[in-house]
Order: sequence, then structure tokens, then C-alpha cells
Amino acid sequence: MQTEEWKFTAKDIVEKPDLFMSGHRACAGCAPATVMRLILKAVRGPTIVTVATGCMEVVSTTYPYTSWNAPWLHTAFENAAANASGIETAIKILRKKGRIKDQHVDVIAIAGDGGTYDIGIQALSGAVERGHDFLFVLYDNEAYMNTGIQRSGGTPLGAATTTSPAGEVIPGKLEPKKPIADIMVAHEIPYVATASPYYWRDLIIKVRKGLEVEGPAFLHVLAPCPRGWRSDPSKSIELSRLAVETCVFPLWECINGEYQLSAPSKVIAMAPQKKKPVKEYLAVQGRFRHLFTPKYEKLVDEIQRITDLRWQKLLKKCGLT
Amino acid sequence: MFMKSVAEQKVLALNGNEAVAYAVKQCDVDVVAAYPITPQTIIVERFSEYVANGEVETAFVCTESEHSALTACLAASLTGARAFTASASAGLALMHEMLFVTSGCRAPVVMAIANRALSAPLNIHGDQSDTMAQRDSGWIQIYAENAQEVYDSVIQAFRIAEHPDVLLPAMVCLDGFQLSHSMENVSVLPDEVVKKFVGVRQFPKVLTHEGKLAPLRLDPENPMTIGPVAFPNYYFEFKRQQEEAMRKAVEVIRQVHNEYARISGRSYGDGLLDAYYLEDAEIATVCLGSTAGTVKAVVDELRAEGVKAGLLRIRAFRPLPVEGIQKTLGNVKAVGVMDRSMSFGGHGGAVFHEVRHALYDLDKRPMVVNYIYGLGGRDTNLTQIRAIYKDLQEIAQKRRVEAPIKYVGLRE
Repeated sequence: MQTEEWKFTAKDIVEKPDLFMSGHRACAGCAPATVMRLILKAVRGPTIVTVATGCMEVVSTTYPYTSWNAPWLHTAFENAAANASGIETAIKILRKKGRIKDQHVDVIAIAGDGGTYDIGIQALSGAVERGHDFLFVLYDNEAYMNTGIQRSGGTPLGAATTTSPAGEVIPGKLEPKKPIADIMVAHEIPYVATASPYYWRDLIIKVRKGLEVEGPAFLHVLAPCPRGWRSDPSKSIELSRLAVETCVFPLWECINGEYQLSAPSKVIAMAPQKKKPVKEYLAVQGRFRHLFTPKYEKLVDEIQRITDLRWQKLLKKCGLT
Repeated sequence: MFMKSVAEQKVLALNGNEAVAYAVKQCDVDVVAAYPITPQTIIVERFSEYVANGEVETAFVCTESEHSALTACLAASLTGARAFTASASAGLALMHEMLFVTSGCRAPVVMAIANRALSAPLNIHGDQSDTMAQRDSGWIQIYAENAQEVYDSVIQAFRIAEHPDVLLPAMVCLDGFQLSHSMENVSVLPDEVVKKFVGVRQFPKVLTHEGKLAPLRLDPENPMTIGPVAFPNYYFEFKRQQEEAMRKAVEVIRQVHNEYARISGRSYGDGLLDAYYLEDAEIATVCLGSTAGTVKAVVDELRAEGVKAGLLRIRAFRPLPVEGIQKTLGNVKAVGVMDRSMSFGGHGGAVFHEVRHALYDLDKRPMVVNYIYGLGGRDTNLTQIRAIYKDLQEIAQKRRVEAPIKYVGLRE
């Protein structure tokens, strides 16, 4: 339910006060920090934010400083969704009892890929099953970057991390990414979407939709990390575009179980010649460097095959085949 | 004069778990989040019936794990709610991480623990291994002797935890099955008396990053960051403040207990320690929880026989009332500390460590020995308690300890 007119032009966004402030300690080229700022640009009123342990928590709240000009809670790594369920429940009952101002409060839970795919999935699955009214945002930088680039369930096939290094006999991570957003769709929640910070307006609108929907919503945002991806810090936003253009990370929404492609991916579906080869995306990231040696070059074909397979599956779900 | 202030009460037949649920029902709790585990389950079952029947204005959340149960209570508490949960054994162990976060965030969550053995081997029966393993988690721990005290302690726990000098989470511990599942007569206060006693939750004012003084909770009107990262330059001070709050809790537990005694007519020693025939005792045991009932029966028999026996029941194990332990046990010749849990590789059980340690600073110290008993729900009977006192008599006479750590009722 749209509660107010969306004002998301570049001018509107610039003029809207930041709730995620500058001065944080994120690395140069950190896309997750940009994602935080964009998420907070989408709020529609009183909002409480809870963040799992991870980069975005650590860089933004070094006591006695904070980058958050919204009420903000961190408790642990695996429980951002459980935090949200406690906050949402408390707000509801305290309003009912007249103990706090009688106004709707949006709740946003934010976690990285470790806090979502891996250690956080139990609390997330439980909280959405219980139907709490909150938005969960996964900022996916595809490894445990805060602890030093260890592999997670969100690390892509072939990526070298410090616990899935590219060695003489093993070419980095052997498994593809867990399809986390589809797993959330399987929970039959009203809103699931993917987003990329290059398409900032699409991202902001999806955050707003996730807040406006009644019940749990899940937003999966790809957020390049130059430290972990071994990429040029000036190319993070470009990489988040390339991921969409190669269909490595297509943009879509699933509203009440109905999949639909978002504009940037729909363009590719309509004109398949625009679909770029994954090689272009892989070649500019040091974590895939070993795939461009004779020994492991076949893995590039395998990554292309899996990307195509997943893209075809998505098109089918969107009724576009 | 004392009796005049005592409220009229009715007597209900309740087991310990039901006594918890009944007390929580009366305490104007906003959020209960819990996960089932034997022998605690009846607490949340009864409470969910109150919710289903509209008898309470409480939001009940059935979480997918104990970790999330405590997390939800913690987050609700920091949002301004009065929050309660219950657990035991493996469930409490799964909460371990969040116990520290809850006390560190200074969230006054109250939790009932139906004490149960820890696996492996799997065992659903009573002992105090679960809460003893959490004694350094920054939670207040109160151990009850019977279902009546369980009821009274839960009501007191909210007042203690939420006291502005304390602001710490509190556990009320009841022995699994011995208390959780045994039906007793429990006098309950009228709803309005309890509601008035616990009052509406108050929040200390803190300085926000905007430079405003605002109630310590998540509030869109006064944004603040709760649960930040604190590095070596600040972390230590946070921890020292928690210890200070624990020290202050000693007096608050006593005050709340005394105030409650005036409206209920019931008291348990000074609220921290329940001393039984200790004034002139030559030999004494120390224990926690329901075992005290059995021990008191033995002390009565021994006193009738002219033996100067006594008992110190520790009601508040965290914070540990060190001065009280020194005062009550200082003149005893031989003290037998009873532990219903083990500290593997340590020198005896946790209660033994603490009591003997508290007595060490005295110029004239009693001899202190340890009796480990009742693990995994093994019965401890009058004959065994009698044997402990006989042992203590010998130690007192010989003035010599041959075996400082003994096991009661164990096949060896």
C-alpha cells in the first residue's frame, strides 16, 4: 500500500536529509556504505534500524561515534531478523497500551551475506514465518569481508577467498551462490526483490515498496567490495552495473508470488544481444584472476553456463519464455 | 502494624511453572518470547493460554529458537517493553551468547529457568549445571526454595532488574521437576496489588548523539545508537559499570524483598541469604534451591537431638552477598557446601568456590568442604543429608579435613 507520493528524483534524494551520515570508517570504494545511504533515503517516516554484526556495523558505530541518525540497534551476528521481531512486537503492544506515541514505525533489519545466507538464516526464516512487519535488507558483498574475506554461502563459484583460495588443485570456491532470494520467495512473503546500487532509483523504490507492504519483505542488494573482490575502488558502482548486464545478478521483484523483471534486466530479456558475457565481469576482479590461466579457464565456461541456466529459469518464472 | 499492610490473598494449587506464569500474568509484561524446552514448557503453555483468553495485554512470540527468543526479548526491552522469557538446560546454553549481550546492553529482561542437567548424556531432569555455567554472564540469579518463593521472586525480579541503579537482566531459578512440576499451595496477591508493586517501567535519561537527554530506548523521536562497537579505549569502562550495577543490586534485592514482605507477609531471610539456625550453629551446610527444604527437615531433627546444626540457603547467587556469607558462617566450625553441578577440573563445585573464597578473608575461618549431589535429577534424601551433617561433626571434632570434595549418592 503506497502511503505517500514517491519523491525519488535525483533532486529529491539529494535534498532529503541523510540518516546514514558521512564520517564512517568504510574503505574507499565501499559499495555497502553507498547502499546504506540509499536505503535510508527511502524511509517514509519513523523508522528503527537494526544491523547484524559485520562491516556496516563496525565502520559506523565506533563508540562514542555513530553514523546513524535513526534509532539503531546491534546485538549480534546471526539475529538481525530476531531483533526486528522484538522491536516490531514491542512497538505494536506499546502503542496499543498507550505507552508510546500512537504512530506507525517501520523496522529495517540489515545484514551482510554471512548474517543472511549462513549464520543468520534461521532467525530470518523464523521471523518471516511469524509474519512480522519488517524489511530485511541483505547487502551482499559475497564473503565475510569484516573478518578478512572468508567464503560464505553467498560467495560465487570460482571466487578466491581466504578460506577458498585458488591453489594448485582447487580453483577457488567450488560451489555457486545459494539462491537466497528464491529461498525467501519460497517463504511466501508478500515482497522479495533484488537491487543494485548502480540503479539507485530502482533500489530506493524497492526499499520503499518493502516498507509499504504489510508483513515481511526481503531485499537482496549486490554490494561490491574492492578489498574482497580485488577490484579497483573506483569501479565498485560500475561492477554493480556489470553484474546486472551480464545477468550474473538480474534485477527482479516477486510480489505476492508473482515474479517480474525490473527495467534494467527486462531490457536484456527483450533484446538478448545486449546480454554481456560473464567474462567481462570476471576479468576486472582479482578474485577471479586464476580463471584466466590455462589451468582453470574452463571454469569461466561453467560460470557462463550456470549464469545462463539461472537466467533462463528466471525468465520462465517471469513468463518471458 | 506489620500485618496491617499485608494484602488479602487467595491460595491456589500451582506447580512451580504455573506459579511463574501466574506471576508474569500479574506483572503487566508487554512481550513474552519463548521456545519450548522441558521442564520449562508449562510456563509458556500456561502463559499462552492467558494470551489466548485475553487475560493479559501481552504480545506472545513463539520464536524458532532460544537464541531468537532472548534476542526478541532483548530488542523488545530496548524498545521500551517489559519482556520475559523462560528456558532451561540446552536452551539456556544456546542463549549463552545473548545472555552477555543482554546484560551488556543493560536490558532488564526477566527469565525463569527450570534448572535441568546439561547434555551429554541427554537428561531432562533437574540439576543446576545450566545456570551455574552462566554465572559470569552478568545476570542476577535468584534461586527459589518452593513454588511460593518462585511466585514471589518473579514479581520481585522485575522491580530489581528495572531499578535505575541496577538495569540488569535477572534469572529466577527453580529446580526442574522438584519445583517446576510439583504442585503446592501458593498464596497469590490480588492483581492490582502486584500491578502497583511492579509499576510502569521507568527509563533512565541518557545523552544522545544530538546532545539531548532522552529515555534510554529505541525511539524515533530521539534517535540513539544502542549496541555499538567499543574498542580497547572504552570497552573496559562498560564492563566496570556492569560490575558496579551488580554491587548495587545487593542492596536493591534486599530493599525490594523487604518492601514485598510488607505487602505479602512473606520473607526469605534478608532477601539475599536465608539463614536457618545459624546464630549458634557449630556445623552448617550451604545450598541453593529446593534442597533446602529437605535440609531444614534434617536440621530440625538434629536440633531436637541437641546438635547445633544450621543451614545457609543462598537465594541471590549473583550478586553474591559476600558480607552476609562472612557474617552468617564466620563462627561455624565446619561448613559443608552443597553443589548440584560440577566445575570439571576445578577444585569442587561453583558454590563451594564462591563460599570458601568469601570466607578466606576472615581471621578465624571455618573448615569448608564440598558435597556434590543430585546430578541429572538423582534424588537426595534425608538419610544422605544426615550423613553430611555426621561427616561435618567429625570434621569439627577432629579439626581436620581428609577429603575436601565428596559425592553424595554416587556409585563409585
